[in-house]
Amino acid sequence: MSVKSSLKKYITANEAVAHAARLARVDVVAAYPITPQTSIVEKLASFIANGEMDADFLKVESEHSALTACMGVRMAGARAFTSTSSQGLEYMHEMLAYVSGGRYPLVLVNVCRSVALPWSIWGDQQDAIQQRDTGWIQIFTETAQEALDMVLQAYRIAEDPRVLIPVMVCLDGFIQSHTEELVEIPAQERVDAFLPPYEAVVALDVDNPYSISVGGFGKHYARWRKEQQEATEKAKAVIIEVGDEFARLFGCHYGGLIEPYRINGAQAVIVLMGALTGTAREVVDEMRARGKAVGLIKVRAFRPFPVPELRQALSKVKAAAVLDRDCSWGYEGALATDLKAALYGLPNPPAVLNFIGGLGGSDVPPEQMKYMLDKALAAEKGATPGLEFIGL
Amino acid sequence: MKLKDISKEELFRCSYGCAGCASVLAVRLTLKVLGRNSVFVVPANCISTVSCYYPQAPFFVPMTVMAFAATAAACSGISAGFKRRGREDIQVVGFSGDGGTADIGIQALSGAIDCGNKFIYICYDNEAYMNTGVQRSGLTPYGAATTTTPSPCFEKRPKKDMLRIVAAHDIPYAATACISYPLDFMQKVAKASKINGPTYIHVLVPCPTGWGFAPELTIEIGRMAVESGMWRLMEFESSEFRTTYKPSRKRPVAEYFAPQTRFRHLSPEEIEAIQRDIDRREAE
Repeated sequence: MSVKSSLKKYITANEAVAHAARLARVDVVAAYPITPQTSIVEKLASFIANGEMDADFLKVESEHSALTACMGVRMAGARAFTSTSSQGLEYMHEMLAYVSGGRYPLVLVNVCRSVALPWSIWGDQQDAIQQRDTGWIQIFTETAQEALDMVLQAYRIAEDPRVLIPVMVCLDGFIQSHTEELVEIPAQERVDAFLPPYEAVVALDVDNPYSISVGGFGKHYARWRKEQQEATEKAKAVIIEVGDEFARLFGCHYGGLIEPYRINGAQAVIVLMGALTGTAREVVDEMRARGKAVGLIKVRAFRPFPVPELRQALSKVKAAAVLDRDCSWGYEGALATDLKAALYGLPNPPAVLNFIGGLGGSDVPPEQMKYMLDKALAAEKGATPGLEFIGL
Repeated sequence: MKLKDISKEELFRCSYGCAGCASVLAVRLTLKVLGRNSVFVVPANCISTVSCYYPQAPFFVPMTVMAFAATAAACSGISAGFKRRGREDIQVVGFSGDGGTADIGIQALSGAIDCGNKFIYICYDNEAYMNTGVQRSGLTPYGAATTTTPSPCFEKRPKKDMLRIVAAHDIPYAATACISYPLDFMQKVAKASKINGPTYIHVLVPCPTGWGFAPELTIEIGRMAVESGMWRLMEFESSEFRTTYKPSRKRPVAEYFAPQTRFRHLSPEEIEAIQRDIDRREAE
């Protein structure tokens, strides 16, 4: 295909992500097959084979090695890409923390899928949530277009000298990865203007030798960790800034850290991440049309967590219904926990209801979302009832 | 390569290695061959522990510490990155211990050889997890006592044959070496550096702390390992194995065992059985 002009095509989010990696001019792709991610790297392999993309593809023997190799590519001063799902992301766990602690600005796409056992290839967000504390920026996307646009933005965010924190772009398995949508694939020139070819920072420079990724005792270790926390906090402003610049150049704006929808005057709000937001938006419109004061908040950035934004957005709301496609076993959904903590100390806070749904690829149809919002409308302010599995 | 040609420049110095440490010597000799145009990847092992705690920096070439299982994958990625930047001249060296190679790192090593990027993987083999206090690894020889195979329940499995394992990948070049034969080792490093693909060198490094011998005996113990036939100096190239050094006199293995506490529990019958096994392998 031509790289000269933008193009609109019906493609899956996986194909959209492959286009994003191509447009980001990555030097090396290192990846290992796993459903539902595989078609991303298949597409990249075909781009490289057809000469549409100038990159090397490392066909590694595991996800652990895929992420390690990407880190190595970055140490040599080049740009890398990898993507995975579920068990693959779990297998990367050790290296996820290595990459973030070493402040290597990598971009990884996780096509969210359930985690065994019970074994399931279908979608939920348990895999990404289980990596919450590995030090990556985690952005959840809703559509194929947002997935493409976010990968391009992710390189800008990760490589920003104020940040240098890796970014995990999450999309929902099957709902996004295997569903075709109309996607605008931007022209290479326009992407180059937004994301210039990588200006190599060579960590392993033979002309200026350093020992890197070394050990640190007590205070040194703690100081580096503090810097990591501060950089991740700084990333909030950079995510917003890069999103605004992207909107100016490409016309698509996704709201930065959170995207509130019809929350003005809302009594009850559904809070969620990822592709189910599309359904929730329709439910909110329908309920609004019937005179019910409801809205929604799409949480885009799960880490760094948008505390002031959520406090502000929910300050006047009576109740929030949090939909988690994950669970921290023995407690509740991770988004619900973080939201409650974010609202702590707010005078007269909203009730927070936690619903666990959409596990193992089960549908969350509009009726279930209506049920959640109706329950939230009926909740007493400040209440925190126990979690509820929906659809069972 | 002649002794007088060896570089006087020390690119690895002031580490916290034990007295008589042959692993430290292996790094020094490798760097004398490869010089400043090389980068090192060192996973969890003795070398990283004695040289890589901030602000200490004994490496005078760029180096990175690496996750235990990840050495070869990191080498592969770094090599791919340098290739993209037109810097294929830089030697990428993985420097991993026996456990990091034959146990936890064997999958990544297999995968990286299969990927085909240029790097030199050096396994420095002190025959146990020495850094954590002498636990057995897949390269601990039959008969040795470690803290996880204490006497009388000494190691009952033979040492994995890593040379044959990497050779089975049809690797362009692989070799075994011993620190007591520095020219042989350095020539092998030099040879590996000229090959445009993955290469593997397995160097035996006697460990006074873990094997239980006096620090001044390190080089002598290494010689005895080769002269007794417990360790052989070989090369694998163009799909063929070759012996690069054959000792002029053959020592009984009992002489190699005698100065080491890790074999002290072996009965004369057990030593005799090990000797028969060596003789049988040599006859093959």
